[in-house]
Amino acid sequence: MASSSVNQLLHPQIRSFHRRQRFKRTALILIAVAFALLVMGLPVVAIFARAFQEGLEIYWANIVEPDTVHAITLTVITAIIVLPINIVFGICAAWAITRFRFPGRRALITIIELPFSISPIVAGLCYLLIYGATALVGSWLDQWDIQLMFNLTGIVLVSLFVTCPFVARELIPLMEMAGVDQEEAALTLGASGWQTFWYITLPNIKWALLYGVILANARVIGEFGAVSVVSGNIRGETMTLPLQVQLLYDDYNPTGAFAAATVLTVIAVVTLFLRSVIEARHPHRH
Amino acid sequence: MALTAKGITKYYGPNRVLNQVDLEIRPGEFVALLGPSGSGKTSLLRIIAGLQFPEEGQILFDSTDITGLEAGKRQFGMVFQSYALFEHMTVADNVAFGLKVRGRHQRPSRSNIDARVRELLEMAGIGSLSDRFPGQLSGGQRQRVALSRALAIDPRLLLLDEPFSALDSKIRKDLRSALRNIQKEVGITAILVTHDQEEAFDLADRIAIMSDGKIEQFDTPETLLRHPKSEFVADFLDGIDSFQHQGAGI
Repeated sequence: MASSSVNQLLHPQIRSFHRRQRFKRTALILIAVAFALLVMGLPVVAIFARAFQEGLEIYWANIVEPDTVHAITLTVITAIIVLPINIVFGICAAWAITRFRFPGRRALITIIELPFSISPIVAGLCYLLIYGATALVGSWLDQWDIQLMFNLTGIVLVSLFVTCPFVARELIPLMEMAGVDQEEAALTLGASGWQTFWYITLPNIKWALLYGVILANARVIGEFGAVSVVSGNIRGETMTLPLQVQLLYDDYNPTGAFAAATVLTVIAVVTLFLRSVIEARHPHRH
Repeated sequence: MALTAKGITKYYGPNRVLNQVDLEIRPGEFVALLGPSGSGKTSLLRIIAGLQFPEEGQILFDSTDITGLEAGKRQFGMVFQSYALFEHMTVADNVAFGLKVRGRHQRPSRSNIDARVRELLEMAGIGSLSDRFPGQLSGGQRQRVALSRALAIDPRLLLLDEPFSALDSKIRKDLRSALRNIQKEVGITAILVTHDQEEAFDLADRIAIMSDGKIEQFDTPETLLRHPKSEFVADFLDGIDSFQHQGAGI
């Protein structure tokens, strides 16, 4: 073979160098694959295996159990409220940061990123400290019978907090890079501010926007820590899906817990799929 | 359609980039703002376009004060240095954009828009490219699209911000004469910002030499070469071969 005859011609030291390179390559690939399977792949398989252990009927009965259905509904409602607010805020923030120079601009960028570095449970406690019934703002609102914590409002508020960076973070670098030229061109051609946004800015950022929304969505649905602090854990009322999984598990109902967990897992897999589709169309991610 | 700038002063933070600039441009004239980078020429053009607003001074168009009028209401066509083409639209949609965004009562019919776009692209010599996207075009072709798009709105004034700086010299010469022909054919008043003396002398009827936020001298190319008013102008134009210019000029 050509390659082996070339190999014969090579100096023995070079040949042994090539052998060592090949060995290192194989070893690295094996380690990476083994780690991925063991740490990420196996648990996912285990969730489904355990959920279906007692058969499809039992699995389905656990999914349609009223409390679990309620948890799924509550989680979806939360996402439906949080995501549009996130989109509007993300676009406004990215617009302000990339199109204007103002005092506190750097600080705004830092604040937007804050939820990434704060433990969600601490975030939940902060909200309780401010908006709880006995707390500063909470007790004042209590006079008008407005309660923010231990209900949907509280869950939505902390979900907004933990997901606030996702959209803005995707848009800022893209809008920075695109610059204002196209928007200015549209303005000189007679387009209104709204037309410029709708026909010029939005088409340029749509993939990044969708990418951010999908990441935020995955986070809203999966959030446990912050939500568990402010939800009050009222059975059948303020339990989101992740909280329901834990509740079922604590109730010695592992099949129910794993069945509910499969719903979360399916959402995660769909998110992963959508991400890779969008990444292919939104080259700036690479 | 005459344009007058009176006492324009503009600051960026503490830096004064334009200092009491006066400029009068006659109808149908091709004027170049020529100067080194940082002389304020692009700021002056952007103020005329309505993309920036001066701290002091007035912009008059046909003796109407338009100083505070927003860019879209001025009906000035602008060609940007980067061309600023809408990358997600075809060439035809780029050129049609300024007509499509008009209010229902001023908007031409669909077929009229299509006809106008075809006419403009033919005039710019890119009639066959109407269905392409900007990413599929060469630099020279992009430039022609940008010019067609600016002309589509029947501008009262054509503003050109370093339109040739990103092109190599052969294409630059071709486009220069194309631009000059189109400007005369349409009979539009045009203002060109450039740092390239040859370009300014080749294209402009009159040239405003700018330095340090001020207009040093505003005259025809011949007068600038024969009677420079200041040392700066004489130095700045030192490299120009007046002979060659007279051959190629008109």
